[in-house]
Amino acid sequence: MSRLSQYFSAGRTSGKHTMPFVVILLALTAFACLSNLLLPADSVFHVSTYSITLLGKYLCYAMLALAVDIIWGYCGILSLGHGAFFALGGYAMGMYLMRQIGDRGVYGNPNLPDFMIFLGWKQLPWFWHGMDHFWLAMIMVVLVPGLLAFVFGWLAFRSRVTGVYLSIMTQALTYALMLAFFRNEMGFGGNNGLTDFKDILGFDLQSDHTRVALFAITGVILALLFVICQKILSSRFGKVILAIRDAEARSRFIGYRTDHYKVWLFVFSAVIAGIAGALYVPQVGIINPGEFSPINSIEMVIWVAVGGRGTLIGAIIGALLVNYAKTRFTAIMPDAWLFALGAMFVLVTLYLPKGLVGVYAQLMSKHSSKTPPTPPANTTASVKESNA
Amino acid sequence: MRHLLAFCCCLLGLLLPLAHCAETKQAPLAQGAESNTTANQPPANIAPLVLDLTQAKLNKLLPILKQLEAVSDESMVPLFHAMMHGDLYFIKANRQLVVATEESGQRLYKGLYSHVLMPSISEDDLKKIRVNNRLRGYLRNAIARVHLTAASPDVREAAVRELLAHLDKDTIATLERLYPNEPNKKVKETMGLALAMNTASQTNLPDSTRIAAIDRLSTSLENDVRNKLTTLTYQDNPAIKSAAQTALKHIAQRVERFNFLNQLFFGLSLGSVLLLASIGLAITFGVMGVINMAHGEMIMLGAYTTYVVQLMMPNYIDYSIWVAIPAAFLVSGSVGVLIERLVIRHLHGRPLETLLATFGISLILQQLVRTIFSPLNRQVSSPSWMSGSWEINPVFSLTLNRLYILAFSLLVFLVLVMVLKKTSLGLNVRAVSQNRNMAKAMGVRTAWVDAMTFGLGSGIAGIAGVALSQLTNVGPNLGQDYIINSFMVVVFGGVGNLLGTLVAAFSLGIATKFLEPVTGAVLSAILVLVFIILFIQKRPKGLFPQKGRAAE
Repeated sequence: MSRLSQYFSAGRTSGKHTMPFVVILLALTAFACLSNLLLPADSVFHVSTYSITLLGKYLCYAMLALAVDIIWGYCGILSLGHGAFFALGGYAMGMYLMRQIGDRGVYGNPNLPDFMIFLGWKQLPWFWHGMDHFWLAMIMVVLVPGLLAFVFGWLAFRSRVTGVYLSIMTQALTYALMLAFFRNEMGFGGNNGLTDFKDILGFDLQSDHTRVALFAITGVILALLFVICQKILSSRFGKVILAIRDAEARSRFIGYRTDHYKVWLFVFSAVIAGIAGALYVPQVGIINPGEFSPINSIEMVIWVAVGGRGTLIGAIIGALLVNYAKTRFTAIMPDAWLFALGAMFVLVTLYLPKGLVGVYAQLMSKHSSKTPPTPPANTTASVKESNA
Repeated sequence: MRHLLAFCCCLLGLLLPLAHCAETKQAPLAQGAESNTTANQPPANIAPLVLDLTQAKLNKLLPILKQLEAVSDESMVPLFHAMMHGDLYFIKANRQLVVATEESGQRLYKGLYSHVLMPSISEDDLKKIRVNNRLRGYLRNAIARVHLTAASPDVREAAVRELLAHLDKDTIATLERLYPNEPNKKVKETMGLALAMNTASQTNLPDSTRIAAIDRLSTSLENDVRNKLTTLTYQDNPAIKSAAQTALKHIAQRVERFNFLNQLFFGLSLGSVLLLASIGLAITFGVMGVINMAHGEMIMLGAYTTYVVQLMMPNYIDYSIWVAIPAAFLVSGSVGVLIERLVIRHLHGRPLETLLATFGISLILQQLVRTIFSPLNRQVSSPSWMSGSWEINPVFSLTLNRLYILAFSLLVFLVLVMVLKKTSLGLNVRAVSQNRNMAKAMGVRTAWVDAMTFGLGSGIAGIAGVALSQLTNVGPNLGQDYIINSFMVVVFGGVGNLLGTLVAAFSLGIATKFLEPVTGAVLSAILVLVFIILFIQKRPKGLFPQKGRAAE
């Protein structure tokens, strides 16, 4: 009973932070957009288009971290294959953008993308049909990762594959997809992937306005998804999810179909990852099979771990911080980045199991020691691997 | 004869450089054949013929060569060989034969008989003994014919094989002469094959003889025999045609069978590599329940240890591997113990965190190796006794290094099973894996057992690295290529079950190699992965699940 009330309080306390966080996120997004468009280039507050694109990329990563966090932090499912859903969403968007090139490619063929002519193909493969419609591409962005997650999750959770087994399976999944997408015969551009995009919905991808718009859209969608995740996780569904994380067998015995809950959460998470991928591709201008590589998927997990899993804000903050550090690090001393990343994995798991948000919560609770200690991260971040 | 000796003495004084003074001064004192060899002169019985060789025109060379072949033995081979490759020259001044060789980009000349370098000779002093395609063909067969009488049966057999491709009248005559007296069974068989090939293509012989010859041919797997039979199927004679076709079909069936064996061998070879890579993981994951993502890097460390050991003893490559195996075990094992003491110990009972932390360690180790040894691949040379292949017949041969690694992996497996079954460490390890708390209560030092288990698993990964370094290049990403497959093997076989790991490794290896010709290498890897993903859904605990209360 006390546990249950804790969950309620967990929902309420994280809910307390939701609105301010969304406001800050949107305000910063708006500020960056406006300063890029309105302020002169030599102003102190001017944000260059390069930075806008970079920030847009970070926001996509933050969305991805959100996807990883809702299943890892809230349901205890460590997926090492979320890069696959991200990349699939990205490929769906990439296919649409590829079709928009039309006859402006190197070979000037209005019906076939360049790489197909290069491979000597005569007609469009069936799965490329209709991808020149934006609405269909957007459906695919959601449908393909969602469907894969459904099939995989349904098979895995129904037969109660849990813990590290599941992690390794998801890693094998993304590895297999990487190998598959590297093949030219798959019809997704093989090694080079899809690139050289020209425009989206008729807007030039290279122009500043399009880039700012894409960034703004990413910011808004991130805020929206954040709110939706918060709502879902503090609903009755979310409470069952938390119960599954902390004692799956017990939840099952009480009468909840835990596998159903897990499958739907997994699908939802995969869809978020797919959307993140779809927003990512037009901003960076390329999607290739490298996105499927297992190391990418593991990197996403570390963003969440650094920020603090089990808290949505932590995931977003972690993704932004780690990627900012990566950008700076790789610019200054490229060789040291992997050392730093590796050290981050070790140190965070050893010393910061609750991430930066956990540290913040600890500091706050020390500060106000008179009030009963109910730190927001405490209840949500204590993960018990009862079923490893 | 006296003339010749005098002639050679003069030449020696004139031609050989100062560096060889000591040899040359003794030459006049020496007698007969010995003086001839050191003095770059042909043996006396063929000297006039060799002299003719330098004087004759191109179209007159063939009879001279035939005479040479008739009167001489194996000592003729270097001359024929050099002439065939167009490297045979003679010195204009004294008609002495020299061979041109290429050494570190420089053209050098060696005496044909003395084998002594002649630095003072330049191209202007020389004239080439010309050769055309007809002569080359003759020479090739002549060399093989000479080899037919060699003492070693292997050389004789190789010579007959060489002759199969271009049987001419002279060759057949020689073979017919030698066939009845050939003592070695295998050589005799091959000779019989050559004669049968000849008989089969003789149109003037009765059909029954030719068909018998064709039947004889159908037992062979030689490429040349198949070519001959294929040409026979285009002939008009219907009886011969059908006989040749049946023979070809028969051969094709046998080739098919050997191809199957070949695939099986490659499958077993891949399986042995998978076994080596995953067996250490089976211990750490299966026994300790610790998922070690840095396992691949332990393999990599082992491979780099092999490389370093070879660098340290460049003159003893053949023996370096015996140093490398224990060295790799120690290096990887101690790194493993270090990781266990510093990191994994603190994450006990939190497998997902352990996974992340060890992944971080793997990144650090990779980057460390990249910093120390450069990101480029390093070549590790194989000991001479491991290179080459064991040719069982023309279509089926086993590469020795794969064969050795297959045996080695089984040996490692056996040793490990013995360690777990027969030693006190093994007893402790099994006790801890079955019931940690109970073992602790009985006085087993679980912390020590954990460290030792982890060290053992990592050390075996290091040994796997030694084996892998013999098959592929050594690079910082070596471990990553195997880690996912190793996990698949362990999960497929059933965690904590060494026998399951063995079965899983070999069945996955064989499955991959049998799918490869049908689907291509990448797709077969994908299919095997997908198969395991589906298999795990059906049997989450692997092929051989652990029984009892320990397994949930």
